[in-house]
Amino acid sequence: MTTNAPVKRLVVTDPDLCVGCMSCMFACSRRFPEAGLAKSAIHVRSVGGFERGFTVIVCRACKDPPCAKVCPTNALVKRKGGGVILYASKCIGCGNCVKACPFGAIQWDYDDNKPVICMHCGFCVNFCPYGVLALEEIR
Amino acid sequence: MSDPLLSRVLYIDLSRKKFWVEDRKDLFEKYLGGTGVAVKLLEEEVSNKTDPLGPDNAIIFAVGPFTAMYPMASKTVALFKSPLTGNFGESHAGGRTAIAIRMAGYGAIVVKGASETPVYLAIHGDKVYFRDASALWGVRSTYTIGRVLREREPGSGLRTIIRIGRAGEKLVRYACAIAESYRHFGRLGLGAVMGSKKLKAIVISGRRRINVKDPHKYRQVYNEIFNKAVKSPAMRKYHDIGTPVNIRALNKIGALPTRNLKSTRFEYADNISGERIAELRLARRTACSHCPVACIHIAVIREQYPHEPYFYTTRYVSYDYEPIYALGSMLGIHDIDGLLRLLEAVEVQGLDAMSTGVILAWATEALEKKIISVNDTLVELKWGNWQNYIKAVKYIVEQPNEFYRTLALGVEEASKKYGGSEFALAFGGNEMPGYHAGAATHIGYLIGARHSHLDNAGYSYDQKLIGKEYPTPEKVIDDLVNEESWRQILSSLVVCFFARGIYKPELVAKALEPLGYNYTVEEIIDLGKKMYSEKYRLKIELGFDITKARIPERILETPTPHGHISREFIEKALKYFNEKINKMIKEYT
Repeated sequence: MTTNAPVKRLVVTDPDLCVGCMSCMFACSRRFPEAGLAKSAIHVRSVGGFERGFTVIVCRACKDPPCAKVCPTNALVKRKGGGVILYASKCIGCGNCVKACPFGAIQWDYDDNKPVICMHCGFCVNFCPYGVLALEEIR
Repeated sequence: MSDPLLSRVLYIDLSRKKFWVEDRKDLFEKYLGGTGVAVKLLEEEVSNKTDPLGPDNAIIFAVGPFTAMYPMASKTVALFKSPLTGNFGESHAGGRTAIAIRMAGYGAIVVKGASETPVYLAIHGDKVYFRDASALWGVRSTYTIGRVLREREPGSGLRTIIRIGRAGEKLVRYACAIAESYRHFGRLGLGAVMGSKKLKAIVISGRRRINVKDPHKYRQVYNEIFNKAVKSPAMRKYHDIGTPVNIRALNKIGALPTRNLKSTRFEYADNISGERIAELRLARRTACSHCPVACIHIAVIREQYPHEPYFYTTRYVSYDYEPIYALGSMLGIHDIDGLLRLLEAVEVQGLDAMSTGVILAWATEALEKKIISVNDTLVELKWGNWQNYIKAVKYIVEQPNEFYRTLALGVEEASKKYGGSEFALAFGGNEMPGYHAGAATHIGYLIGARHSHLDNAGYSYDQKLIGKEYPTPEKVIDDLVNEESWRQILSSLVVCFFARGIYKPELVAKALEPLGYNYTVEEIIDLGKKMYSEKYRLKIELGFDITKARIPERILETPTPHGHISREFIEKALKYFNEKINKMIKEYT
């Protein structure tokens, strides 16, 4: 881990700008040598019909993350600045973390039966043409 | 191909309430996916004896190798035998349909048989459920069905909800199937086919991974396409004003069919133009899944309740060029709110906007000419009177008398019975799209495999020719057939036709490579010709005969930007086409 680089987190600037194209979701899975949506940590859904707009669900990088508290195997470890890091080899796929997140920001990889945790890398930001997403420094 | 799940075909038999999966690598390796594969799947299910509204008709939904892989590959191809034309039926829709099908783990879904009682299908990955829909049957509005299923089914954000309205239940031959409230398998009556199967809706969801043969190269090509999608001016046009930008453009050149094509310029075109609607009523723009362009335009209807001051209803309806043409200029409607309410009425019932508008335009002229009377139409149909058109839309679905029972069969049948076929604007039994740009436009409708302007884009061909010397009938046919052949590739990948300027043959071959396909540009173009020939062979087997094509006199009477079209020109073109297509079928199939 680099020590001096500023820690960043992904933020939603304005969900009303979102057109629901899912480009961010597909980008997230492309971080890995694969395509599809299994590894997407970001989720976009309509508020209840396209006409009402979209909810863009991202990990909030909590300072005191509830997901880590309920992990029985310590597979989720607090990240410097906020959020968590997943140690997949420890994860037993119990799904407690998914239930604990009040934002519903933990997605599930059904093939691996493990949670998908946002790394706040900002790869998705480059694929949002409408400026809905941004990477913000954590002070 | 590197994704083994693309060739999985989910078969659903509604009669026996059974489902199973077959690996159809044989088809997906040869024909990519989408329309190429679906033609073969349909061929296995139907014949010229199949009743389009009987249990032996089948519906094929198909996606392709680019679905969920590249931007703007957001369309699903639906194939079926059309109850409107009695022939080959094909309709495309975007929304979340394509991504949901591929993410559920399928390349195609075949729905056959018919249920005795109303059902809806819930397909969540490998799980398929037949769910009771008796309480949903008869519900007034398609919007309500969407709402109910959104609450009832899982997969929010990852799912498609394809449903029919009362029009489909009542077997109106041009009933559509609606996806995500604002996108449609609009043309040729898929809604009636679903209705005949007592299939009210289909919900599909999934979120799986797709393995890529060359991930590095894949990401490179992806970025190239994505950048083109968000930066190209052509795509910008679809995002900004959207397809209704055509209202002003076509009116200006005199190609906007108005009042049943009695003229091609609408004096109120500005009132219902894309620019005006965007300025006054645009509420939101949204996108199909995996398409950054976001061309879906949703308008707001704000209406005050008569009994209660300061009490408003706010409703939404999507709009595009074709519905504005069919339910606007064709009916002489220039009141923006009237137009939006008529569009909404058509959506509520689940009718194809284009066919409905053309049919009502015919009925209005027939009433004007006293071929029919108000005893038939029950309301005074008059150009611009949107209130009465809204009533007529309800009558088409409710079918309270012989006249509306006939209107529900399409304009071809209605004019056969009541007369006025010279101004009944249908081609191959399908109501006319919104362009009167020249001879190639109409030749395109006549020869197109689904009699749509999107088959071979004759309308665009004509617009590009303005101010230039008009080609020979033979040259027109050669060019249109080439275009339609290439479009088979686009709709097999499956890429939205709006992105055709980006997905050129070179890029298609390049984008296929990291996915494990090896095609040269020549090979891919040739494959398009083969697919086109296969499709046409099926079309002919199902009873299509181009020598029996009816040319409505109206298109010859009203001048185009290229002047009057001559019957001889069209007939010459069709004769040459007949020879050409038979040669192609011999060579390629």
